[in-house]
Amino acid sequence: MTAATRGGGAVVTLPNDTQILVTREFAAPKHLVYKAWTTPELVKRWWNAKRGEVTIAEIDLRAGGKWRYVMIADRGFEVAFHGEFREIVPNERIVSTEIYEGVPPGVPNEGTVNTATFRQSGERTVLTILIQAPSQQVRDLILQSGMEAGLQDALELLEQVAESLG
Amino acid sequence: MARAPTTSDAFNAVAEPRRREILELLARGEKTVTELVSRLRLDQPQVSKHLRVLREVGLVEARVDGRQRLYRLAGSQLKPIHDWVKQFERSWTERFEALDDVLEDLKRQERRR
Repeated sequence: MTAATRGGGAVVTLPNDTQILVTREFAAPKHLVYKAWTTPELVKRWWNAKRGEVTIAEIDLRAGGKWRYVMIADRGFEVAFHGEFREIVPNERIVSTEIYEGVPPGVPNEGTVNTATFRQSGERTVLTILIQAPSQQVRDLILQSGMEAGLQDALELLEQVAESLG
Repeated sequence: MARAPTTSDAFNAVAEPRRREILELLARGEKTVTELVSRLRLDQPQVSKHLRVLREVGLVEARVDGRQRLYRLAGSQLKPIHDWVKQFERSWTERFEALDDVLEDLKRQERRR
C-alpha cells in the first residue's frame, strides 16, 4: 500500500569516477518537493533521516547565498555541512556547493558541487541529485561516509569473524 | 612468487589485538608512525611491523606528505565499493522516507485551502 503511493528506495548510481547520482520519485507535485527541500523548518523534519535531531538549518536561498545544516545524531556525535548556492531556478533546479565540516585536520577538505533537479510527471515528481566531487578519492570518501557510524560495529564484526577463523 | 592477499589474510591480521588498536586509531583519521607509537606505547619497530602486515593485506595504506608518511584505513579493502553504494543508498532512502511524511502534510495543507 505504502509502496504504491510512495517512491520506494533511493537509487544511487556512479555515472563516472567523480560523480554520484541519487534518484527518487515522490508522490507530490514538484512545487511541494521544492518547498520541503528549501524551507528550514521542513528540512529539520527530514534531513536527519530519523537518525538524530537537526538543530540548525539555515538557508539563504539565492545565488551566492549560504546554507548550513547541523545534526546531533542519536549516538551523540554532531554532523555539520555547509555550502553556497550557485544557481537557483525555483521549482526546477538548485546548484550548490557542499562541504562536510568533520574532516580531520590535515586531510584535504574539498567540497562537492550538487545539482538537484525537480521534474514533474503527472502528480509525481522525480528528484535527481548529481554530486560532483573534485576527485575520485573525495567521491569514494563520501560514499564511505555512510559507514562512519557503523565502523565500530564493523570492526567488532570483523573481530568475531577473525576469532571464528581461529 | 608473491601471492595476492586474501580476505582471510585480512581477518587474520585483524585478529591480533595491537593491530586492531591501530585500525581503531586510524579509523579516527590519518596518523604518522610517531603518533601511533605514542598512543599505543609500543616501540617504533613493533608498530612498523604491524603496519607492514596491515598494508600487505590491504587494510591500511600510506601516503607521503612532505617529510612524513601518513597511514590511513584503506576502506575499499575493508568493504567493497558495492557495499558503500548500498549503504549510501540506504541512508538516502531513510531521508526520503522522512521527506515523504513532510510532503503528505504539505498536500493536506494545500487541500484545506
